[in-house]
Amino acid sequence: MLDSKVPAGPLAEKWSKHKFEMKLVNPANKRKFTILVVGTGLAGASAAASLAELGYNVKTFCYQDSPRRAHSIAAQGGINAAKNYQNDGDSVFRLFYDTIKGGDYRAREANVYRLAEVSVNIIDQCVAQGVPFAREYGGLLDNRSFGGAQVSRTFYARGQTGQQLLLGAYSALNRQIKKGKVKSYTRHEMLDLVKIDGHARGIITRDMITGKIESHEGHAVLLCTGGYGNVFFLSTNAMGCNVTAAWRAHKRGAYFANPCYTQIHPTCIPVTGDHQSKLTLMSESLRNDGRVWVPKTKELSEKLRTGALNPAEIKEEDRDYFLERKYPSFGNLVPRDVASRNAKEMVDDGRGVGKSGVAVFLDFADAIKRLGKDTVEAKYGNLFDMYYQITDENPYEQPMRIYPAVHYTMGGVWVDYNLMTTVPGLYALGECNFSDHGANRLGASALMQGLSDGYFVIPFTVGDYLAKLGSFAPVDKNHPAFEETRKEVEDKINTLLSLKGSKTIDDIHKELGKIMWEYCGMARTAEGLTKAKGLIQALKKEFWTDVKVLGENDELNMSLEKAGRVADFIELGELMVDDALNRSESCGGHFRLESQTEEGEAMRDDENFTYVAAWAFAGENQPEVLHKEELVFENVKLTQRSYK
Amino acid sequence: MSNSKPVLSSSLGRKLIMSLTGIFLCTFLIVHLIGNLQLFKNDEGYAFNNYAYFMTHFTPIKVVSYLLYASIVIHAVYALILSMQNKAARPVNYARYDGNANSTWSSRNMGILGTVLLVFIATHMQNFWWKYHNDQVPYIEYQTDLSTGVRSSRALEANEFIDYQVSTDNGVEIVKARDLYKQVDFAFENPFLVFFYVLAMAALSFHLIHGFQSAFQTVGFSHKKYVPIIRFIGVWGFGVLIPIGFALMPLYFYFVK
Amino acid sequence: MAQHMNLTLKVWRQKNDKSKGQFVTIQAKDIADDMSFLEMLDVVNEDLTRLGEDPIYFDHDCREGICGMCSLVINGRPHGPKYGITTCQLHMRTFHDGQTIVIEPWRAAAFPVLKDLATDRTSFDRIQQAGGYVNVNTGGVPDANTIPIPKRIADEAFEAATCIGCGACVAACKNASAMLFVSAKISQFALLPQGQTERYERAQAMVDQMDAEGFGNCTNTGACEAECPKGIKLTNIARMNREYFTAKFFREEDVHTHS
Repeated sequence: MLDSKVPAGPLAEKWSKHKFEMKLVNPANKRKFTILVVGTGLAGASAAASLAELGYNVKTFCYQDSPRRAHSIAAQGGINAAKNYQNDGDSVFRLFYDTIKGGDYRAREANVYRLAEVSVNIIDQCVAQGVPFAREYGGLLDNRSFGGAQVSRTFYARGQTGQQLLLGAYSALNRQIKKGKVKSYTRHEMLDLVKIDGHARGIITRDMITGKIESHEGHAVLLCTGGYGNVFFLSTNAMGCNVTAAWRAHKRGAYFANPCYTQIHPTCIPVTGDHQSKLTLMSESLRNDGRVWVPKTKELSEKLRTGALNPAEIKEEDRDYFLERKYPSFGNLVPRDVASRNAKEMVDDGRGVGKSGVAVFLDFADAIKRLGKDTVEAKYGNLFDMYYQITDENPYEQPMRIYPAVHYTMGGVWVDYNLMTTVPGLYALGECNFSDHGANRLGASALMQGLSDGYFVIPFTVGDYLAKLGSFAPVDKNHPAFEETRKEVEDKINTLLSLKGSKTIDDIHKELGKIMWEYCGMARTAEGLTKAKGLIQALKKEFWTDVKVLGENDELNMSLEKAGRVADFIELGELMVDDALNRSESCGGHFRLESQTEEGEAMRDDENFTYVAAWAFAGENQPEVLHKEELVFENVKLTQRSYK
Repeated sequence: MSNSKPVLSSSLGRKLIMSLTGIFLCTFLIVHLIGNLQLFKNDEGYAFNNYAYFMTHFTPIKVVSYLLYASIVIHAVYALILSMQNKAARPVNYARYDGNANSTWSSRNMGILGTVLLVFIATHMQNFWWKYHNDQVPYIEYQTDLSTGVRSSRALEANEFIDYQVSTDNGVEIVKARDLYKQVDFAFENPFLVFFYVLAMAALSFHLIHGFQSAFQTVGFSHKKYVPIIRFIGVWGFGVLIPIGFALMPLYFYFVK
Repeated sequence: MAQHMNLTLKVWRQKNDKSKGQFVTIQAKDIADDMSFLEMLDVVNEDLTRLGEDPIYFDHDCREGICGMCSLVINGRPHGPKYGITTCQLHMRTFHDGQTIVIEPWRAAAFPVLKDLATDRTSFDRIQQAGGYVNVNTGGVPDANTIPIPKRIADEAFEAATCIGCGACVAACKNASAMLFVSAKISQFALLPQGQTERYERAQAMVDQMDAEGFGNCTNTGACEAECPKGIKLTNIARMNREYFTAKFFREEDVHTHS
C-alpha cells in the first residue's frame, strides 16, 4: 500500500499545518542547491521562477524553441478560483467538492482541497504580473460559469486564458533568467533520469540542434512535462507533446498512476482523412445554444454521407436530438464524458454524419431563429470563423459537424501530498502527475492545477526534502551513475538510428493511435482491451524491426526525435490497456461497457476500486506491478452521478 | 549607474532624427512653394527677384537656411546609416517577396525616392542657389513709376551692376537686382531638366505620402481622431498639392513663357 | 470528396546554420484540399522518408494558431497568402492544382537558419528577459481586485498581449525590424497599473536589447501589422516610441542592472 503522506488533522487545516511542520532551508543555503525543471508550461515555468526567487539555482529544459510555447498556451476557457467575487455562494469547500465529484470520486481529498485553497492566490499572483484578465465596466475582474458549474468562478482572458497565464509565468521566469538564477535550455529533450543512491540527482538531455548528449546534475528534478494524449496520435495536444521524460523516469522507479484515465472532449472538429495530424477543439460553450442531433435512421444518414440529401432537407420528425431525448433535464449540457460517449454510440449505430460518417451535428438553426444571427455571431463568431477556416463549411447555413477528441490525461506520474514521486528527489507537477482530477477533469481546472503546483506547493515541499538531506554538498557530477545513464541513452539512440526498415515512424504512431482509440477510447471492454494488448505488443515488435529512422544524431533530426517518443508511447499504451483492464468499473472518463447502470450510465464500483492504481516498472517486457493507494473520503459522500 | 545606450545611437533615436529633420523639411517646402508662387506673376520677375534677395540676406532667414542645409545632410546621412543597418539585418533576401500584399510601394522605397530627391536637390541648388551666390545669373533693372505703377525693365551688363540696390529718383523707383527669374526661365528651356524636375516632384510626392505621416508615428503620435487628419494632410497637402505646385513651375516656363 | 492536386514546391534546404542553403524542387502529389499546409508538408515528408531522403525540417507545434512556433514565408508572404492566420491554419484549398509554391524560412540576421525552414528565434526571448516582466515575487501580492482597471484599458492591454511571438512581423518587414513585437510587450505593461513602477526602465532596456540583437529599424511600412496573425496594431509602435522618448528626455530613470 502506497503512503500518500497526507498530513493528519481536519481537511481545512492540513496544508497550513503541513507548511509549518515542513523544514525550511536557510536563505544562505538555498543557493547551494540546484533544481532541474523539465518542461516550461504553467507548472514548470511557475515552479522554476518561484524557486529561483527563493534563491535556488534552477535549470529549465524544454523541447520548444522558447519556454513560452509550451502547450499550456492553447488552453482557451479559463481558470477556476474560489474567490467568490460574484457573491453567488462559492467557497473553497464548494470548489473542492465540485472537483472531487466531477472527478467521480477518484481523486485524493487532501490534494484537491489544497488546490481549491490556493486557487485564490493564483489569481492575485497573475494580476500582479500583469495578466490582462477580462474585466467588467467597473474595472473589477469578470467571471463566467464554465463547464456546467453552478457558480461563476472562472476567470478568463477572452478565449486565450492559457496563453495569458503562460506568458505571465514566462515573464516571471525571464526575470530570473535575467538575474542569472535560472539557466534556460531550449530545444533540449530529457531522455533519462540519473539516480544516485536511490535519489534523483540529475537528467540526461539531448540538445536537439547539435545532438549533444548532456548530463545535468541537481538536488531535485521536477517533471512538468504535461500529459500523454498523443499516445492516440490524434488529439488536441501539440504535435511535440510526449511522454518520454515521464516514461523514462517511470522506468527508473517512478510509479505511473491511473494511466487509463483520459478525457475525451465532445466538441472537436471531426477527422477529415488519413493525413490529419491533429484535432482542433472548439469551446464547450457552443453546447449552450447548439443542438446535437443525428438522423433517426441509418438510411437517412447514408443519404447525407453520399450527398443525396442536405441536412436541412431532413424533416424535424426524422431527427434524433439524442442528448435532449436521453437527458431531459441537462439536455445538450451533460458533462463531457457523457456527451462524448453518446456521440460515439450514434456513430457506432451507423447514424453518423459527414462524408466519413464519424460525426454528429451541432445545429444552430434554432438559436439563429430564436436569437437572431447577430446575437449568435456576437457569442460564437470567432468559433464559427475557426470552423469555417478549417472545414470550408458555413455554420450559419448548415449544422456544424463535431466529434469527440482526446484532450487531457488525468492519469500520470504518481505523487504523494508533497508532489514527490516514488523516487526521492523526483517531483511531478501539473498534467504530468495524476493527483487532482480523479477520473475526470472539470473545465478550467487544468490551468489552476498547473499554477497551484508551481507557484504555491512545490516551493514549500521541495524545501522540506532538501532541508532533510543533511548536506549542502553539490551533486557529484563525476559519479559513475551519470556516465552509465548517459551511455544507456547513447546506446538507445544508436539502436534507433540503426533501424532501417520499411515503415515510417508516423505509420507506427498512427497504427498505435487507431488501436488506442478503438479499444481504449470512449468505451472499453475486457475483450477489446485484451485484443488491444496483443496488437500493441505486435506493433512494438514491428517498431523495433521494421521502422525506418533516418539521419544522424548530431543534427536537427525529426526522424530520431519522433522515433524515441513513439517507442515510449507504445510502452505506455500497453500500460494504459493493462490499467483499463484492471479497472473493471466505469468511472469518469473511463467507461467499461461491462459496468453501466440500467440506463446505460457509468457505474462505479466503490467497494473494489476506490483506489489509485500505481504501476511499477519491473523490467523490459515484464508485466508492470500494481500498487494501490487507498482513497479515503472523510468529507464527501460518494454518490452516483446522474444527469437525467 | 546607467547602462542604457545614448538615445542617438539607438534605433529609435536615429528614427527620431529622421522624423524631426523630415518634418522641418516639410515646413520648409510650404514656405518655399508660397515664395516661389511669385514666379507665376507676370511682372518680369520683379516680385520674385526682390523676394530672392530678401531670402538670402535677411539674417534670421539665413540662420534658418543653414539649419535647412544641415537638416538635408543629416536626413540623408542618417537615412544611409539606417539603410545600411537594415540591409545588415537581412543578409539573405527572399527569393520571392510579395510586398504589395502588406505595404505601399512608396513606404518600401523611401531610400530610392530619397536618393532621387538628393540628386534633385544637388541639381536644383547648382542651377539656382550656386549660380545666384556666385554671380552667374543675369542682372536686371526695374523702373517703376510710383504714381502710375507702370514698370519697365532692362537687362544690366555685369559692369553696370554693383549690388542689389533700391533707390527712388523723381517718383520713379529703381531696383537693381540679380535676375534669378531670368535664370529660371533660361534653365527651363531645357526639356530634359523640365522632365527631371517633374520626375523629382513625383518622387517627392511618394516620399511625402509615406514620410509625413510616418514622421508623426515615429515621434509617438497616435490618436484616433487626429491621425486621420495627419494622413489627410500628408496625402493631399504634401503628396498632391505641394509637388504639383512645384511641378507646375518648370512646366509653366517651358510651355507658357 | 476532397479535391486533390499536384503541386511543385520550391523549398529552401539548408543542412545547418553553418552551411549554405539552396532551393530544392520537390513534387507534392495527390494533396487533398482539406489538408492544412503543414499536413501537406507532413505528406511530402512521409514520401521523402520512404525514399530514405532527409525530411524537410520546419518548426510547428500546437497547429491551432496559438503557440507561435510555425513560420514559413510562402510565395513571398509570412504565414502564406491569407491574412490573420498562422501557417498551421492555412489550408490547401487556398492553392490550385499545378501551382508552384516557394517556401522559405524567416529571413533575418537575428533569426539565423538552424536547418531548412527552422530558424533560431531566441533573440525574442532575450528581449523579453531584458525587461518584459513586472518585478514581483510569488506570494505577498495584493488581492486581485484591489486595483480596478477600466475595461477599455484592460482590453487594450489584452490585445497587445495576444502576440504569439512567431516573428512574422520581422519576416514581413523589409528591414527585418522587431518593433511590432517589442512594442506589443512594452504596451501591455505601459497600459496596466501593475506595469507602472518600471515603465520607463522597461522601455529602455527592451529597446536596447532589440538593437543589440541586430534587428533592423522601423520605416513604418505597416507590413508587420498587415501580416501579424494576431492583428497586433501599429499604434503599439507609436506607444513604444513615446515611452522610450519620454524615458530618455523627460524622466530621470535609467536602466539599472537588477541584482
